[in-house]
Amino acid sequence: MTTNADLTTEVPAPRDHPAPARKPAREQRFADGGGVLNVFSHGFLALWAVMIIGPLVWIVLGSFKTDAQIGGSAWAWPAHWGFSAFSYAWHQGIAHYFANTLIVLVGSVTLTMLLGSMAAYVLARYAFPGNRIIYFFFVAGAMFPVYLALVPLFFMVKNLGQISPLLGLNSYLGLILVYVAYSLPFTVFFMYSFFRSLPTAVHEAAMIDGCSHTRAFFQVMVPMAKSGLISVGIFNVLGQWNQYLLPVTLMQQQHGGDPDHSVLTQGLINLAQQSGYASNFPALFAGMTIAMLPVLVVYLSFQRQVQAGLTSATLK
Amino acid sequence: MRHRKYPFIVGFLIIPIVLYLVLVIWPYLQTFGYSLTDWSGASQTMHFVGLRNYTQLFGDSVFRTALLHNLLLLVLLPIATILLSLFFAFMLNVGGRGGTGGVQGVRGAGFYKVIFFFPQVLSVAILSVLFQAVYRTDQGGLLNGVLVKLGLENANHPWQWLADPNLALWCVMGVLVWSGVGFYLVLFSAAMQSIPKDIYEAALLDGAKRTQTFFTITLPLLWETVQTAWVYLAIAAMDAFALVSTMTQGAYYGGGPNYHSEVMSTYLMRNFITFGKAGYACAMGVVIFFITLILSVVSLRVTRRERIEY
Repeated sequence: MTTNADLTTEVPAPRDHPAPARKPAREQRFADGGGVLNVFSHGFLALWAVMIIGPLVWIVLGSFKTDAQIGGSAWAWPAHWGFSAFSYAWHQGIAHYFANTLIVLVGSVTLTMLLGSMAAYVLARYAFPGNRIIYFFFVAGAMFPVYLALVPLFFMVKNLGQISPLLGLNSYLGLILVYVAYSLPFTVFFMYSFFRSLPTAVHEAAMIDGCSHTRAFFQVMVPMAKSGLISVGIFNVLGQWNQYLLPVTLMQQQHGGDPDHSVLTQGLINLAQQSGYASNFPALFAGMTIAMLPVLVVYLSFQRQVQAGLTSATLK
Repeated sequence: MRHRKYPFIVGFLIIPIVLYLVLVIWPYLQTFGYSLTDWSGASQTMHFVGLRNYTQLFGDSVFRTALLHNLLLLVLLPIATILLSLFFAFMLNVGGRGGTGGVQGVRGAGFYKVIFFFPQVLSVAILSVLFQAVYRTDQGGLLNGVLVKLGLENANHPWQWLADPNLALWCVMGVLVWSGVGFYLVLFSAAMQSIPKDIYEAALLDGAKRTQTFFTITLPLLWETVQTAWVYLAIAAMDAFALVSTMTQGAYYGGGPNYHSEVMSTYLMRNFITFGKAGYACAMGVVIFFITLILSVVSLRVTRRERIEY
């Protein structure tokens, strides 16, 4: 396991070298051979780009169409650009699911980052008996698909609900804790190698100045590990925002009077499956557009970190 | 001067470890235990039945079909995804017009990367709803709309996609490839960028074609990353739960039409939640666990090569 490897797998910006005016004959030959390949490769790249963007744009357009248009032809163009479908979807529950997701995420991402980096730090920087075992114990959890644990997990959370209703099924805190637990392997794994790669001198200086272990962590190590924390943080935000299996198992209304705590992904599937939406595709499409927008914004503003964070983790 | 170390270590580790034990490790272990019982899931009473669930499982034709579908995905999903993303990554990193004999990506490589990667950040819920609309069986479906427009299909007999028994599983695989290529593209790109440029330049000076450099330089040096990708894709192929359960036909957790897109995870969930056969479902979980484990280990062993340092 490489622990001191370079963590920042930078994805460089495109380099557009202007074509030089003079080309030696030798290289001219090579460039000619590549010309065909160039057209060919650009063609494929462009085709794939269209295949990615096409459906997404089509969905956004769909939220401005009428139901009859959507059912009639895929090529129908919106007759008028009103936002009625958006406001309908928003009031139909999307707003509510949005709020639920935010509540869960604020709690779960904060806790994941806090607990994950605390554990990773202790494991990476302190020698004590059992250190390696605990580390592998955390990392092993990342290997197995979640649904294998789903059956007992359901009953575990149900039993926790008997200790306190705040923790049980269909509770924010219950889901938050489950998210945290299932995000720990990756977070510990990533932050462990990050803390290992940081220089020890600053920490030692702080300790000599009489800083406590806890204070050294929060005031010296955490600021130093900022870039790693951002990468893992983004990964956790996206992963937990997109989680479907856990909420669909754990966030079901238990009885009639139970509040609806569905998160956005669940709500979207419910809306798609409910008969109320079967005859209202524009609202469904609008709901999807609303659900995609925050991810798009986060992705576009942090896309370098997102790509680096997601891939550097798997390269280890 | 040493501050008291152990209270600090325990204090920092205790909450994560307890949380992890209670919510992750213990449920996994319980799955193994329950697989030996006739537990229904609803009540707390259960009897020890030994390996009966397992023997029953191997006689279960639906489970065998599901297993077969998973194995099909297991072979084809990694091949399709890795080939496409390797091709794109090569184009984006070294496929550009080498003006001065140098090696560079095509123009707009960064732009392509941003677009290709985007599906990776969309949730399965969005993918599912999106592709249900794309795969609509009438002319309102994007795919049918495009194919009719291109004259590739008869407007009166549009393809039935998810409703067609022979196509349903392929439709699901299409979505997996569509959303996965970007991620592996970025993964391979990162690895390709760590290959020194002078290796390519030396090869080009010696008269190698770019397709040649791909097979003789890029692929061998990328082998470890390809392996990692293979394992990840294999795990994804063994899962496929979210997409199959929400996209395909079938009253509980999809799998239709008539088990033609059934995978092990959907059959597991249906047995657990709908049929009240939790013990049986846990046995399936254990079988899936071992298949995944064996496949990961075997594929890592078989494809192992000497690490090339550069």
